Amino acid sequence: MKSFTYEKANSPAAAAAAAAGSSNARFIAGGTNLLDLMKLEIETPSHLIDVNGLAFDKIEPTQEGGLRIGALVRNTALAADERIRRDYGLLSRALLSGASGQLRNKATTAGNLLQRTRCPYFYDTNQPCNKRTPGSGCAAIGGVTRQHAVLGSSESCIATHPSDMAIAMRALDATVETVRPDGTTRAIPIADLHRLPGETPHIETTLSAGELITSVTLPKPVGGTHIYRKVRDRASYAFALVSVGAIVQRDGTGRVAVGGVAHKPWRVEAAEAEMPRGAKAVATRLLDGARPTRDNSFKLALVERTLAAVLSEAKG
Amino acid sequence: MPTPNEFEISRRNLLVGTVTSVAIGASHGANAQNAASRSHAPAQGMPATAKVSFSVNGEVRALELDTRTTLLDALREHLHLTGTKKGCDHGQCGACTVIVGGQRVNSCLTLAVMHEGDSVTTIEGLGTPEHMHPMQTAFVTHDGFQCGYCTPGQICSAVAVLDEIKAGIPSHVTGDLTIAPQLTNAELRERMSGNICRCGAYSNIAEAITEVAGRPA
Ligand SMILES: Cc1cc2nc3c(=O)[nH]c(=O)nc-3n(C[C@H](O)[C@H](O)[C@H](O)COP(=O)(O)OP(=O)(O)OC[C@H]3O[C@@H](n4cnc5c(N)ncnc54)[C@H](O)[C@@H]3O)c2cc1C
Ligand code: SF4
Ligand code: FES
Ligand code: FES
Repeated sequence: MKSFTYEKANSPAAAAAAAAGSSNARFIAGGTNLLDLMKLEIETPSHLIDVNGLAFDKIEPTQEGGLRIGALVRNTALAADERIRRDYGLLSRALLSGASGQLRNKATTAGNLLQRTRCPYFYDTNQPCNKRTPGSGCAAIGGVTRQHAVLGSSESCIATHPSDMAIAMRALDATVETVRPDGTTRAIPIADLHRLPGETPHIETTLSAGELITSVTLPKPVGGTHIYRKVRDRASYAFALVSVGAIVQRDGTGRVAVGGVAHKPWRVEAAEAEMPRGAKAVATRLLDGARPTRDNSFKLALVERTLAAVLSEAKG
Repeated sequence: MPTPNEFEISRRNLLVGTVTSVAIGASHGANAQNAASRSHAPAQGMPATAKVSFSVNGEVRALELDTRTTLLDALREHLHLTGTKKGCDHGQCGACTVIVGGQRVNSCLTLAVMHEGDSVTTIEGLGTPEHMHPMQTAFVTHDGFQCGYCTPGQICSAVAVLDEIKAGIPSHVTGDLTIAPQLTNAELRERMSGNICRCGAYSNIAEAITEVAGRPA
């Protein structure tokens, strides 16, 4: 790990300003992703700004009848919150399917959204990787790509976003609230937070330098049956190969977002319109334009079958 | 592969780095006041250091550490509490599990300097050979280990798991999210999935936890 200086931020604006004031600073929250990457020198910040002292650790009702989740609310606390369990079960389920009890106790709402890919070539500093070292090439393309993206990938990068929570947030139409170094705030729809890789896979979100996530808000509950189904290589403590997060209403309409397939949570409104017609119809629209590799073309069938399982579970 | 010579050099650098960290026993109040919320500006070429004090197994410990020091390394290398084990150092095995402020965490994925004022419980704090914690006794009774390397992490995790179920925290296998989770074998196994056992002592571990939980397996 490279040496770094450390400070504990005492206000959101100060944290954002400190980040902007240092060319190579990072916020640290739970640390469960950042420290992992710093040990491997994939992340090499020279200054860490610890945001854990900021008062973003509450879940509060919004005027619109939804909930405002502080950026520092831990994954365990969020999944266990009674309002989340009752009205946003999809979010609880997605969180509980991720990582381990120990990790969820540390992992934060903002950190989870901003966790980086698990592409094994990104993790192997001996390999070229456009995300880690822009312009160096992509070792995954032509390599072993069982875990990689089938949708929205580019000639530069075929990595996926690994977060389970983000899939639920996408289906729930969450909004990310931030403060920038100049003190201005903004609200970013979750759909616009993560970017597709394009030619700049190292730029993963639409956040600007030093922009601090303060909270994530959920609109008022939409009812329905909430299901998160994650398919992985072992029954627990593993990332998804494919995951489906769905809210299904009694009349068969609803929402669906898919994980493990792209650089961001994948949701296609035209596909959702097909929900009453069943999994095949949804999958056809959802996977439109898919570009699987030889290793991961199984994901196309897996998405359809997981959707079928979810829709049948929703019928009860 | 680095040559043996390169290894020697990096080992020596590592030793230089640790010279700056000294353990001092002092009262918590005094240290909390002195504690820097910011690291010292490092001298040219020297690693940055920071002061931190937290309690470990009920005793306040004040340290000045290289900011890179994980809680795990602070416990093992600086406080010489070697009960907590380093398996993967990347959050993937659970051998380093300790309880911070009542919650189990992977001590390898958190920085020591981020724990100002916290209270940490390690396997040494749960019980001693003379006065074992009921979970430690149950692991012995049920042969909940073979080589024992994962055991301190398993036991810390298990103690916290029972508290989590008591607190009503659901898990991936909880059927109905709106009611309190039940103490089933499936619940225990899912909740313990963050602790890997290379020897595969899982079934005996589950029996030990079940006994402490007060339910037949
Ligand atoms: C072994 C292992 C297994 C895992 N399995 C899963 C899994 O199955 N599913 C899953 O979804 N995840 C999994 N994870 C990932 C885990 O969910 C993330 O590591 C965690 O959510 C990151 O949160 P954090 O608070 O620790 O982030 P940190 O590591 O503190 O930060 C992550 C990033 O977010 C930035 N950041 C943090 N807070 C803010 C803020 N408020 N504003 C702006 N930027 C911020 C940091 O600068 C950093 O770049 C796993 C991790 C491990 C180690
Ligand atoms: S897929 Fe993306 S993250 Fe993986 S090696 Fe290629 S550029 Fe890097
Ligand atoms: S050593 Fe911390 S999880 Fe393996
Ligand atoms: S007893 Fe050997 S690793 Fe668990």
